[in-house]
Amino acid sequence: MTAHALSDTGTLTGRSLRHILRSPDTIITTAVTPVALMLLFVYVLGGAINTGSDESYIDYMLPGILLITIASGIAYTAYRLFLDMRGGIFERFQSMPIPRPSVLWAHVLTSLVANLASIVIVTGVALIMGFRTGASVADWLAVAGVLILFTLALTWIAVIAGLSAKTVDGASAFSYPLIFLPFISSAFVPTDSMPGPVAWFAENQPVTSIVDTLRALFAQQPVGADIWIALAWCAGTLVAAYAAATAIYRKKIS
Amino acid sequence: MTTRTREPAIRVRAITKSYQDLPVLRGVDLDVASGSILALLGSNGAGKTTLVRILSTLLKANAGTATVHGFDVASAPGDVRKSISLTGQFAAVDEVLTGRENLVLVAKLRHLRNPGVIADDMLARFSLTDAGSRRAATYSGGMRRRLDIAMSLVGNPPVVFLDEPTTGLDPQARIEVWQTVKQLARDGVTILLTTQYLDEAEQLADRIAILHKGKIIQNGTLAELKQLLPPATIEYVEKQPTLEDIFLALVGDTGDAAGKAAGSGGEESR
Repeated sequence: MTAHALSDTGTLTGRSLRHILRSPDTIITTAVTPVALMLLFVYVLGGAINTGSDESYIDYMLPGILLITIASGIAYTAYRLFLDMRGGIFERFQSMPIPRPSVLWAHVLTSLVANLASIVIVTGVALIMGFRTGASVADWLAVAGVLILFTLALTWIAVIAGLSAKTVDGASAFSYPLIFLPFISSAFVPTDSMPGPVAWFAENQPVTSIVDTLRALFAQQPVGADIWIALAWCAGTLVAAYAAATAIYRKKIS
Repeated sequence: MTTRTREPAIRVRAITKSYQDLPVLRGVDLDVASGSILALLGSNGAGKTTLVRILSTLLKANAGTATVHGFDVASAPGDVRKSISLTGQFAAVDEVLTGRENLVLVAKLRHLRNPGVIADDMLARFSLTDAGSRRAATYSGGMRRRLDIAMSLVGNPPVVFLDEPTTGLDPQARIEVWQTVKQLARDGVTILLTTQYLDEAEQLADRIAILHKGKIIQNGTLAELKQLLPPATIEYVEKQPTLEDIFLALVGDTGDAAGKAAGSGGEESR
């Protein structure tokens, strides 16, 4: 049965990717909010924000925008998983000789593809708006690696939400705090401009280390310890969310 | 295509299941002979669906044993899943995909050769060829149910569970499903069917088991069950057409479409 795990995961991923192709609005919607925020911050608020560096404001805030894109994109993963669970198709898969983790992994891989597509769109708009980077291929690969790890970590949180939600709204509501997290971080303004307790929170929450890492990579600055803190946050969240999701899944299907 | 063994295709012994403190099954014993149709009758909440979910490995029993096609549902669920198909109360089709894509998906997941050919064959057998390239979301209830059953039959599983297959269908669609089930039985498939419609059990089943408050209280052929009542007295009653007779006469279609359904459809690749 494990011999088929990969091919079955591939078949099921093909199925949910087809869902996205048939409703590309899920990718557009995911990209619209971050793009709107980008317009707002760059053309309305950005002029009044002093980042303390001479880089252009869009270069400063794109990393945070990319994280917001992913945080809003994974809500669709929870939504699609919830719909599968509610309809009979999930039980059909469970009663067939399919390795059971394949059903979840298909949603996770689909989430990865969909979010990367949204990221590409948002980055494209940022380039039009004047985002510039001298990042090398290796830097871009590092950026992609961090974003993929971040997407995987958040996707497994989305799997928990999709598996345990009682209503469609519940399946996507969990993503709102995740979308707001970048606002209380170094994503849009330097943390030292914030009052003490807020600054402390901003300094020590995962988004700041990830944003600082991405910003350093784009600006070809040394990433320092930030990258290890960022990777530790992502990996830790990924492992914890994965463990919780598979535990809930196993309870659900037995 | 069906292995006929002397052993019953489905054997249930002393199965119990409770949800928290609520006992649903209180020691169910049941045999379904290979190649026969057994109708499991019971009112809502009698535990029919719970039993089907245990037999199709979706749920674990608290106690007791059950084998399907010779495999124990608890210790060899993978082998059971290879031998069965489940058609639940709600049509388990992917509404975003077309009818054909749904069938190809199942054929691929069963690792059959030529999934496209199998899908086209199934569409033809269930009179869905014209609708095959349309999304399942656009199907009527009857078409959706036909697609659902077609998906269940891809790969010719020897044991088929049909959990209230006609609930919510109009009379024509219901007759279509009945014809499909009868054809499956002629092909030697073992069928466990749950229903709350007594006429459905009368029409289809070789044996009828009545599940009441978590136990099988009667199990026999229709003739045997009839003998449980006092002998029939003869009364003369004016025969009024039922509303169903009138409806079917007016619309003039008894759903021959699905009559062609069921037969062969695909071979195992290993």
